[in-house]
Amino acid sequence: MIQLLEASEGDELFLLGNEAAARAAIESGIAVASTYPGTPSSEIGDVLSKIAPKAGIYFEFSTNEKVAVEVAAAAAASGVRSFTFMKHVGVNVASDSLVSTAYTGVEAGMVLLSADDPSMFSSQNEQDNRHYPRFANIPLLEPSNPQEILDFTKYAFNLSEKFKLPVMIRTTTRISHMRSKVRVGETQKIKRRGQFKKDPGRFVLVPSTARTMHKKLVKKIDKISRIVDKSPFNQIYYKGRRVSKIEDSAYGIIASGGAFNYAYDLVNEKELPIPILKLGFTYPFPERLVHRFLECLDEVFIIEEVDPIMEKEVLSIIGERNLKVDVHGKLDGTFPKIYEYNQDIIGDSIRKLIRFRGQGKIPEMRLPERPPTFCPGCPHRAVYYSMNKALEELDIEVIFSTDIGCYTLGIESPYNAADYLLSMGSSIGAACGFSKATEQKIVSFIGDSTFFHAGIPPLLNAVHNKHDFLIVVLDNRTTAMTGGQPHPGLPFDGMGGEAPAISIEKIVEAAGIKAKVINPMNIKKSIETFKEALTADSLNVVVARYPCQLSVKARGKPVKVDYDICNECLECISKLACPAIRYDEAVKVDERYCRGCTVCIQVCPENAIKIQRGASQ
Amino acid sequence: MKLSYDIYICGVGGQGIIKAGEIIGWAAMKEGLDVVMSEIHGMAQRGGVVSTEVRIGEARGTIIPCGHADLMMAFEPLEALRAVSKLRRDAQIVVNVTPLPPFNMNPREYPQVDRIIWELRRFSGNVYAFDADTVALDAGHPLSMNMVMLGAAAATAGFPVSRDALVDSMRENLPSGLFKVNLKAFKMGFEGLDR
Repeated sequence: MIQLLEASEGDELFLLGNEAAARAAIESGIAVASTYPGTPSSEIGDVLSKIAPKAGIYFEFSTNEKVAVEVAAAAAASGVRSFTFMKHVGVNVASDSLVSTAYTGVEAGMVLLSADDPSMFSSQNEQDNRHYPRFANIPLLEPSNPQEILDFTKYAFNLSEKFKLPVMIRTTTRISHMRSKVRVGETQKIKRRGQFKKDPGRFVLVPSTARTMHKKLVKKIDKISRIVDKSPFNQIYYKGRRVSKIEDSAYGIIASGGAFNYAYDLVNEKELPIPILKLGFTYPFPERLVHRFLECLDEVFIIEEVDPIMEKEVLSIIGERNLKVDVHGKLDGTFPKIYEYNQDIIGDSIRKLIRFRGQGKIPEMRLPERPPTFCPGCPHRAVYYSMNKALEELDIEVIFSTDIGCYTLGIESPYNAADYLLSMGSSIGAACGFSKATEQKIVSFIGDSTFFHAGIPPLLNAVHNKHDFLIVVLDNRTTAMTGGQPHPGLPFDGMGGEAPAISIEKIVEAAGIKAKVINPMNIKKSIETFKEALTADSLNVVVARYPCQLSVKARGKPVKVDYDICNECLECISKLACPAIRYDEAVKVDERYCRGCTVCIQVCPENAIKIQRGASQ
Repeated sequence: MKLSYDIYICGVGGQGIIKAGEIIGWAAMKEGLDVVMSEIHGMAQRGGVVSTEVRIGEARGTIIPCGHADLMMAFEPLEALRAVSKLRRDAQIVVNVTPLPPFNMNPREYPQVDRIIWELRRFSGNVYAFDADTVALDAGHPLSMNMVMLGAAAATAGFPVSRDALVDSMRENLPSGLFKVNLKAFKMGFEGLDR
């Protein structure tokens, strides 16, 4: 990690795309970096949180993405460079301030990296954030590999500073999580402190100033649209080589981001005589460059992930300039409209029009799936077990309005503890709707980090508007799903320094509700508490607090099954479903995985599971 | 024209799959080869399927196309079978035979390991199936299983990175305290296959 900071110009490192982004920020001399963790962007923050103190920059895990953008915007308005990064849906949260930052502009460079997630490896949707630069009127760069993440991000800081406008970098999961050789550049001296020069006519967006600033914004983008055509990040490849221009050709390809890589590999592997225009600087769209490329072609393939954005730009160029080029993309059905691409998908799509030898496919076999699940010793499993027991004993059914985090895995059987989920914080907001629109009982599940991120406004809404449901805060003392980042409830900050910890139950109390705090690993007490809360006729909050097992090194002694007692009722397997317990001719505990959490001991109706005496810890 | 030597590494979250890929990739880079690899982070890690794809050569995309993988390192037998469509005919297959049944299935429904190996042999005459977990235990630590697999892979015909470069990469990319055990695991894997 420290190597990333200390590497000197010309060194070649084997970097993850996200690590390259962190290095770019250091090389660009940023003073402030802010984020809310979200896959596939998380490792940028993980790296910066470790190297920030040594690099002399300020880094924070902000409460949510909107705050992160505001932190970065104000820093850049004060004349120091700032970097903010988030997953694609995080930009939705940040968008309110992002769009306005485009109006006010910045003084020093400000870059926002949006890590999109085509195919939804770990997200609730696969929205294409290349719409945002068009929506907010800010420039967009789309790197295709870690080296380009470094180069493009550094350029983005200069561009931002020159035009006093935030710049967006859009990566995708495959680019953020690609590892390859990166030749690093020189690090810059950091200007850590700036000075905010008051200019209310620019920085206070009321209608009269906003009108002026929008005019200025449009002028800035017009100016930038005159430089994109000459950008070195827009390149033409032919027969595996970079060329400056092309001869007339029956076919051509325009591609960006990860999709370019697959198109490039396909064309080279099959030795197809097709020129590829690789676009790296994609908004404002390089119209003149694309026009010149199109003029040489009869037909063009537009290859992009996820929405037909470049395709529509190309169609408008063709319409405007009366070109005779057939366009094959998503709109005419040549390429899929959803999910990420790969070489096979692009090959199969292009083969609809051009003949070349494909890959003989081996039929896929039907094999058992392997869904992800809670780790052994995970407190979420205990919460869901107890909740289902409480409901069973009360003989009631509820709507589980859940939220975003590891605990969303409660959707899997046997927990079946997820019925509705939209976005961060929606567990509580949606429960407000269910409570008024139905007669059903509702339980909201929300994690600790998610509570701070977006759970507080809907909590206030629930109290003030007299909604009636149960909120369970699954407080595992970390932002677990993204790799264990801190949040405002913990006594340390994003750079490892001491920080005041904010109490969830005190926030709840300030809203007028006395929260019950339980240790979810105590099953009996948890069931009792849930039953009590479920039968009350008002809003209730239970905080189930126990640390994530990935953040705790200590293990309990593993448990074992007493076969003289076990009657194979399988409660431990069919209801608790801990991956450390399996049925293989008998109930067996796999010592490699058992964390000695003792939940199965409490769950066993026959008391047949016991701590191994004398076992090593 | 095939652009790269493609290695598909697969198994279950927590088996050290990404680290094995990183060690190969770093070693390839140090040997002056071009290399790209993919990693899967986030939700997939919680006991789900994990794969990493290492492409040594000119390829730019990190996803190995169907029928391209020259070598599969499968840390779990079911996951080997799941990925066969990635393999070219007669690819090298190094597979750990210790099954890890998915948490939500009855182990009795898990396909028989012998049957899995038989299926793999239909695709390739170069299947090396062995119990890498036991070898790792013999080497001194159960978590060194990924280095047993790496050692075995390094001994397969056509592996593009030298044994020395891999050992250097292990020294660079593994915690120094565990290097000795890991090196032993690597050697046992290598020699087990070399014989």
